[in-house]
Amino acid sequence: MKEIKRSSTIVTEIITAFIFLIFLFPIFIVILNAGKDPFSITSNPLSLPKDWFQVFRNMKIIWLDPNLRYGSSFFASIIVTVFSLLLIVLVSGQAAWVLVRTKTKLSQFIFFLFVAAMVIPFQIVMLPLVSWFRIVAKATGFQLLRTYSGMILSYVGFGLSLSLFMFHGFIKGIPYELEEAATIDGCAKWQIFYRIIFPLLKPITATVLVLNGIWIWNDYLLPLLILGKGNKIQTVPLAVANYAGAYVKQWDLILTAVLLAMIPVIILFLFLQRYIIKGMVSGSIK
Amino acid sequence: MNKGKHDPIFWLFLAPAIIAFLMVIIIPFLMGIFYSLTDWTSRPQPGGLQFVGLKNFIESIQDPSFLYSFLLTFVYTFINMLLINIVAFGLALLVTAKLKFKNIYRAGFFLPNLVGGLILGYIWQFIFNIVIPNLPVLSTIYPAIAEPANLMLANRNSAVMAIVIAGSWQYSGYIMMIYIAAILSVPEELFEAAKIDGASPFKKLLHITIPMTAQAFTITLFLTLVQSFKQFDVNVSLTGGGPSTQFMGKFMRGTELLALDIYNTAFTSNSLAQSQARSVLFFVVLVVISLIQVRQNKRKEIEL
Repeated sequence: MKEIKRSSTIVTEIITAFIFLIFLFPIFIVILNAGKDPFSITSNPLSLPKDWFQVFRNMKIIWLDPNLRYGSSFFASIIVTVFSLLLIVLVSGQAAWVLVRTKTKLSQFIFFLFVAAMVIPFQIVMLPLVSWFRIVAKATGFQLLRTYSGMILSYVGFGLSLSLFMFHGFIKGIPYELEEAATIDGCAKWQIFYRIIFPLLKPITATVLVLNGIWIWNDYLLPLLILGKGNKIQTVPLAVANYAGAYVKQWDLILTAVLLAMIPVIILFLFLQRYIIKGMVSGSIK
Repeated sequence: MNKGKHDPIFWLFLAPAIIAFLMVIIIPFLMGIFYSLTDWTSRPQPGGLQFVGLKNFIESIQDPSFLYSFLLTFVYTFINMLLINIVAFGLALLVTAKLKFKNIYRAGFFLPNLVGGLILGYIWQFIFNIVIPNLPVLSTIYPAIAEPANLMLANRNSAVMAIVIAGSWQYSGYIMMIYIAAILSVPEELFEAAKIDGASPFKKLLHITIPMTAQAFTITLFLTLVQSFKQFDVNVSLTGGGPSTQFMGKFMRGTELLALDIYNTAFTSNSLAQSQARSVLFFVVLVVISLIQVRQNKRKEIEL
């Protein structure tokens, strides 16, 4: 009986390992073919590259290509992602806190509006957003299209609802006595949030960062509309799309571009695996 | 601190959120609804916008390519939901068994979820267009596979399946994680009792695991439904809407899902108002789906 059980576990292990390999096959294919010349890609896509260092040379070609400026798009993606995340956390965290701690009809209504807005699909907002930003620029001279500030403002706006909702749920569970004690000790109200509450929000902040970070890093349509094509500032997905459009059939270079876009996320995942999985899953269930 | 008052800090802390929310969501949203009722185009309109009532909506509904995209999106959503959930549940069952490397498997299945839809579409385009027709073994046994007309992305039906495969590859590891949480929360005693009664693994699955994880299915079905319905990135980079097909006697893009149809109506046909009307219809469908979901959840909570 025990024998049968052990052998069935081994069978499950083998089956799972096999599925695992098939599942990651697309990633292997990218790594295998990014450093091959077009001819050996089509003659046998499964063969090992003759020269493993070709990948790095391809990376260099893409990175330095003056028309595509892949290197600067990396830089732009990092700026956009980091600043958007920073602002999303601060703006939605402090808003959630005052909304939880002020128990009035108005504060409930404001919270309801933020949450209800989650149903609004991007498609209905995308064209008017561009035309609204143009109106703002005309009226005030403040450029939001094709700039970092417009891009970051947009991410804060689109990321707010879910983040605020998650902070709100978490702050509700923090005992109010903590803040009362601080008030008695002479702590000003705004200090209470940044000194006492905010450090307690670490677990939910991690979730908010992960959920928004992955979305912002990979997002394509919003940068396409706000930053536009051929702009000095472009994010990685825009650069990859440009590349694939301009170098049709040059699969070795396209795959290298794809690989470059995936590497940061994969490295981050290897280090922060547990937080990322936990963050993304708990975020969705709420 | 007084609980019931809107002191300056209340407004000060709320202000950045409200400003961003108004600037990015509320004002464009209201403008969007207004634009859908006008003759807004991308050409200069010196006379200003003209109010045209429901004309854009009527024209959208009468446009075969919009109808086609709507139907296609429903078909795609249905197949995609089915495939993602079957794969995800199967994977969850495997990695909750007593395996040596289960944490590595879980991470691996989850990984595609971190790859953006656009990037992922290019990877799968490469697989369907280059890898499959040039596989050494396959192309000797079945040489016709390398012919351009037989490529997966060259025919409408198989191209839709290609989007389903790429979409499922991306999303099933994510849904798997939700199923894992549900399966792990089933009390161990139930399985032990079943073991004493001599139940087969299949019976255990049917009578314990599935009923005990039913709650998770509401969440996963809703998530996959919305995710599939909004599919855009993979659609753009994998098929770009092609190949063309015939519907109601007209030629149109065979794999153009709703989100891409809305995009193309604006940027290829330059009918901004028309595109806006379509997105309003898209929004209405999503609201209906969400309301059904909320009601379902409320009912479940009462039952519990």
